[in-house]
Amino acid sequence: MRDIADIRADFPILSRKVYNKPLVYFDNGATTQKPQCVLDAVDEVYKSYNGNIHRGVHFLSDMSSEGYEGAREKVRSFINAGRKEEVIFTSGTTGSINGIAFSFGERYIKPGDEIILSRLEHHANIVPWQMMCQRKGAVLRVIPINDNGEIIPEDYHKLLSKKTKLVAVTQASNALGTVLPIKEIIEAAHSVDVPVLIDGAQGIQHGFVDVKALDSDFYVFSGHKIYGPAGIGILYGKEKWLSELDPFQGGGDMVDKVTFEKTTYNQLPFKFEAGTMNYPAAIGLATALDYVSGLGRENIAAREKELLLYATDRLSAIKGLKIYGTSGKKISTISFLLKDIHQYDTGMILDKMGIAVRTGTHCAQPVMDYYRIDGTVRASLCFYNTLEEIDSLAEGIEKVKSMFG
Amino acid sequence: MTIKEVQDNIIEEFSLFDDWMDKYNLLIDMGRELPVIDPKYKVKDFLIEGCQSKVWLHPSYDGKLISFTADSDAIITRGIVALLIKVLSKRSPDEIIATDLYFIDKIGLRQNLSPTRSNGLLSMVRQMKLYAMAYNAKNK
Repeated sequence: MRDIADIRADFPILSRKVYNKPLVYFDNGATTQKPQCVLDAVDEVYKSYNGNIHRGVHFLSDMSSEGYEGAREKVRSFINAGRKEEVIFTSGTTGSINGIAFSFGERYIKPGDEIILSRLEHHANIVPWQMMCQRKGAVLRVIPINDNGEIIPEDYHKLLSKKTKLVAVTQASNALGTVLPIKEIIEAAHSVDVPVLIDGAQGIQHGFVDVKALDSDFYVFSGHKIYGPAGIGILYGKEKWLSELDPFQGGGDMVDKVTFEKTTYNQLPFKFEAGTMNYPAAIGLATALDYVSGLGRENIAAREKELLLYATDRLSAIKGLKIYGTSGKKISTISFLLKDIHQYDTGMILDKMGIAVRTGTHCAQPVMDYYRIDGTVRASLCFYNTLEEIDSLAEGIEKVKSMFG
Repeated sequence: MTIKEVQDNIIEEFSLFDDWMDKYNLLIDMGRELPVIDPKYKVKDFLIEGCQSKVWLHPSYDGKLISFTADSDAIITRGIVALLIKVLSKRSPDEIIATDLYFIDKIGLRQNLSPTRSNGLLSMVRQMKLYAMAYNAKNK
């Protein structure tokens, strides 16, 4: 992998200061920073070839459409989908899940049917299913977790039944960092003919995703968490599902023929992309994926493992610090609390030292309820972070302890 | 002391420190000195929305002055609560409604607390003024 100083130089924001202190950015689970090439790609769209996609006869529209469709092909290849028609652009993970929950619910769900989630889900992979269940009279079933923050596979197997219509689980817990055994989850569901949606929001940026090898029916993720722009996300779905499902939004571009009596829908992928899509962000996302491939996904995974191990060692050595999420399989995210010190007090003081962490429930209240806590401090690291920054965090935590102890 | 005098005192106290850590230490000390709230008021009815940490605020009115007691589960928030109580407790409803809390800006609290905290601070002020308005309405 390239030298770390060299890599950091690709990200303009990493050299800024906050409160006159060097920025230590440990909130990558919320959003990642952008390399210059992504900023340039988006800039370039607006500067030199901005035109609305798929509808013009003119030069600029053609060029934008080409960029946008090129981006779709990049995403296809990045996740190893079979066809680019299986790659739908959305506004983000939340948009993707809401869309599928609606369309899948309308098409297949009847009263008494069941959807299985895990206790580790982000609210974005709970609430849309809950809304659909309320509409359809269906029921959510939840895979429980153990004290390490891992799902309990035997309980999952017990939940799978004739009533199960879909399993929707996260690839990695945003609150604790736990990586879920998604391959096994998918295999078990498929053995009883149940499709699976994987929420890849916290997964794809940390390693390989091969939707074909996984045999995942749906796979969703957000651009801004993998070094791309905000406002763009992906909904991958197997063609057999996407062809059967009706669109979750109506509007321009997604139609074949419109009369006031009846509308017929456009072909895949366009039937799911109503209205003007965020094509500059899609093009930025493709550049981000190129950047990630350029660094090497196995290199990123190896480097982040090193950061996770070092940070876990450093933080575990701090007296009174408890780490939540102690699975052997984790992304580079560490959730913790200091004895008798509120997470907001910790976060506030760390912020004053230039260290950006997230505090609170991380949109995963059921996880917090499991541990009977109101929230945690979360440091989510990625490849551009350094061991020195982890040292700063450890020193910062000692400072917090001395102020509140 | 008038509300203005109390605010000016707080501004002076904070102006002694340049470093933000020292200002936070002062806030933390103030939080520790905050008189305890009766546990029976630490319930949902007195919980303030808009704070990421929990804040309980309880008013009592003797016909002339409103007294506030409060608490928070986070110490820095408790310090902010203590400041507001210093300024606004044991005042008449009219005074509380009319007060311009200029000290918040002057000691840099608004900018230096995170946006969500700032919202929490504003919710606290709003809640205190709402109580004052409610007591005022009852009087009329």
